[in-house]
Amino acid sequence: MSSVVGRIKPRELLSRGGPLGGLIILCVVMTILSPFFLSFNNLFNVGIQIAVVAILALGQTFVIVSGGIDLSVGSVLGLAGIVFGWASVVAGLPLPVALALGIGTGALAGLTNGLLITLGNLPPFIATLAMLSAARGLALVVSGGVPLNPLPEAIRTLGRGDLFFIPLPVVLTLIMLVIAFGILRSTYSGRCMYAIGGNEEASRLSGINVSRQKLIIYTLSGLFAGIAGILFMARLASADPQGGFTYELDAIAAVVIGGASLSGGVGTASGTLIGALILGVLRNGLNLLNVSSFWQQVVIGAVIALAVMTDTLRRRKG
Amino acid sequence: MEMRGITKRFPGVMALDEVDFELEKGEVHVILGENGAGKSTLIKMLSGAYQPDEGEILLDDEPVSISSATVAQELGISTIYQEFNLVPQLTTAENIFLGRQPRRFGLVNRRKMGEEARRILERMKVRVDANALVSNLGIPQRQMVEIAKALSLDARILVMDEPTASLSGQEVERLFEIIRGLKEEEVSMIFISHHLEEVAEIGDRVTVLRDGKVVDRVPASTNRSEFVRMMVGRPIEDQFPRQQPETGEVLLEVNNLSQKGILEDASFQVRAGEVVGMAGIVGAGRTELARAIFGVDPVDSGEVWVEGRRMKLGNPREAKRRGMGFVTEDRQGQGIVPPLSVEENLSLASLGLNTSVGLVNRREQRKRARKMIEDLNIRTPSPEQEIRYLSGGNQQKVVIGKWLLANSRVLIMDEPTRGIDVGAKVEIYELMNELTKNGAGILMISSDLPEVLGMSDRILVMSEGRITGELSVDGATQENVMELATQGSEAAVE
Ligand SMILES: Nc1ncnc2c1ncn2[C@@H]1O[C@H](COP(=O)(O)OP(=O)(O)OP(=O)(O)O)[C@@H](O)[C@H]1O
Ligand SMILES: [Mg+2]
Repeated sequence: MSSVVGRIKPRELLSRGGPLGGLIILCVVMTILSPFFLSFNNLFNVGIQIAVVAILALGQTFVIVSGGIDLSVGSVLGLAGIVFGWASVVAGLPLPVALALGIGTGALAGLTNGLLITLGNLPPFIATLAMLSAARGLALVVSGGVPLNPLPEAIRTLGRGDLFFIPLPVVLTLIMLVIAFGILRSTYSGRCMYAIGGNEEASRLSGINVSRQKLIIYTLSGLFAGIAGILFMARLASADPQGGFTYELDAIAAVVIGGASLSGGVGTASGTLIGALILGVLRNGLNLLNVSSFWQQVVIGAVIALAVMTDTLRRRKG
Repeated sequence: MEMRGITKRFPGVMALDEVDFELEKGEVHVILGENGAGKSTLIKMLSGAYQPDEGEILLDDEPVSISSATVAQELGISTIYQEFNLVPQLTTAENIFLGRQPRRFGLVNRRKMGEEARRILERMKVRVDANALVSNLGIPQRQMVEIAKALSLDARILVMDEPTASLSGQEVERLFEIIRGLKEEEVSMIFISHHLEEVAEIGDRVTVLRDGKVVDRVPASTNRSEFVRMMVGRPIEDQFPRQQPETGEVLLEVNNLSQKGILEDASFQVRAGEVVGMAGIVGAGRTELARAIFGVDPVDSGEVWVEGRRMKLGNPREAKRRGMGFVTEDRQGQGIVPPLSVEENLSLASLGLNTSVGLVNRREQRKRARKMIEDLNIRTPSPEQEIRYLSGGNQQKVVIGKWLLANSRVLIMDEPTRGIDVGAKVEIYELMNELTKNGAGILMISSDLPEVLGMSDRILVMSEGRITGELSVDGATQENVMELATQGSEAAVE
């Protein structure tokens, strides 16, 4: 076992293991450059920082694997969080009800995307672009444009607490990873995502109910965004209608860095998590190295381009 | 042109192993070989799609490196690929001149482009509107557009990878006329086909490939069974091994299916144990009829009964549930899911059968898929191989296998052996025998007349959206099939 690891050269890892290789190399480089990088505390920090984007990205994976795109997840996150905040802060509903309302709102927004795409015949890009605007607007309407506080103590614990030393956001992310992994790998809908993304017409002619599957796919993405919304607000300890602004871009980047193809049919849950980790480690490392946030954006842009390029090359070589 | 010691490896396969090949001026050199023998891979070295791992290519005795399609074009090599390379959203003319549109002041000169496209199409005697969107064209017409595109380059070397696979008799004849014309202009051509009867008609020399190696180079006049032996490695006694079992109850009954401008009053039956062949010229509406029966396209009126019960039309899922399967003519676009594995493609139509409470039993699915790979003798390095890397014939077997795994009893096969080699064809015919023996009924649409005559128990002929006749297999000849196929359409042809 160790001999195998020992024999693999960094270059090979990058070209063979793809995203995972990239992540490992990135971590090694950061460890060398900064003495603070490799500590439990810091690594958990990275985990907490990426949790929200990782959950969004896992939901986005379903959509991208099926050949679509969901631009609305950042806004849906905000809307779900605000509905949750409104239900618990303003309406004073019990926590489980407020949670169900918040997450349900996310799912409903996703379902609406799905309906616009299947019944309304809109391209996913347009349908979810419309939802990006509408959901953000609704979040502002519901909240009156101001953050809603204070959130119940129990939910704030989700943002700050631990389970056996592991931060709860990390635990939640891992749970969502397992769920997404299971969906993609073993459910009927999951297998349909790959088929539809790979060739929609062939899938339809093979007797797959493509419209129904698309409704499920976009609803799932909305549901994941809803859960991410709760986590986001929990971390902030306040329901902010601007929450999750532009997060859809990070989510899409994570999925693509994780090896999924925007033309559909390709992608995995674990790849997406790795993609989110690459983004997270990069931000964290650049912070530790005191790189200005302006330059950070440049570097991250370059990494996205590079990651997808090497992945395409790797695939072409076979 | 000469190729020396060409070797090409793909992960898990040695596609070409030290292949030598030569092409003389004005010669039509045919390449024969089974599916996966390496024919397409060889010619892709000439078109710049692949580079050889070893070996060299000489043009006029000068070594050349064909690193891209552009380089190939500059060297005067033009290629018609086996898979279509057209942009469906653009017009025929735009596709023909894709990347080389005639320009004026930096703008595309649409009028000139249209005129030149029309000129080329006219020279080919093809009735395709230069302004028609390619997405609105049928497969054979798309094939003609591909040919037009290659011809528009005025190349010295024209490479054709199975250009006749999706053409019917008349169009093949036209293509051959074009080829003869080009021969006189000293254009050299490479011609790949699985139709052995075409070899003697159009070829000069033949190179036979098997498993990536050259078996032999022989004159085109070599006899047919000799070709088969070289390709397959053993002689094939019976090319059409049809054994008709007892026919049983009516499985599929189609009554008065009509769709304005496309289908007119189509009625027929398929019984258990039968192979019903459906002949006709391109554009007769055979594919449209199949699509209507399977619920892909809507109909204006008419009904379909499966196993004695009327079926709701307009929904492929319903058709599948009732035991129908549809092997489409457009394998790439409607049959396979390119980025998925062989195994997953096989499981596509039976996904629901392997699912309980929303969960797919992947182990069971894998087991069944693997058994099918063995049963159909699908040649793939592994079940996990992405299907797009399989040779055309093996992809087709996967598509058929997909429906077998879904337990289809009524199979509609639209051009089931298009692009499939002689050996594999016989395997598919044997499979059809096996299926009908077990009580399945097959509607086989085919433009390959010998196949229709050799494998059907009854023959339906379509022309202009109507079923113009039914022939028993004993009474049918090429002539009377063609007569029915062109009935009422003479006026429209010219
Ligand atoms: N890009 C690729 N990656 C991996 N394997 C490939 C690739 N292209 C072709 N192959 C394999 O190389 C072999 C030769 O394939 P090729 O397409 O040249 O066959 P062919 O003679 O043209 O067959 P057909 O008659 O079915 O068109 C096959 O085993 C095929 O699976
Ligand atoms: Mg080929």
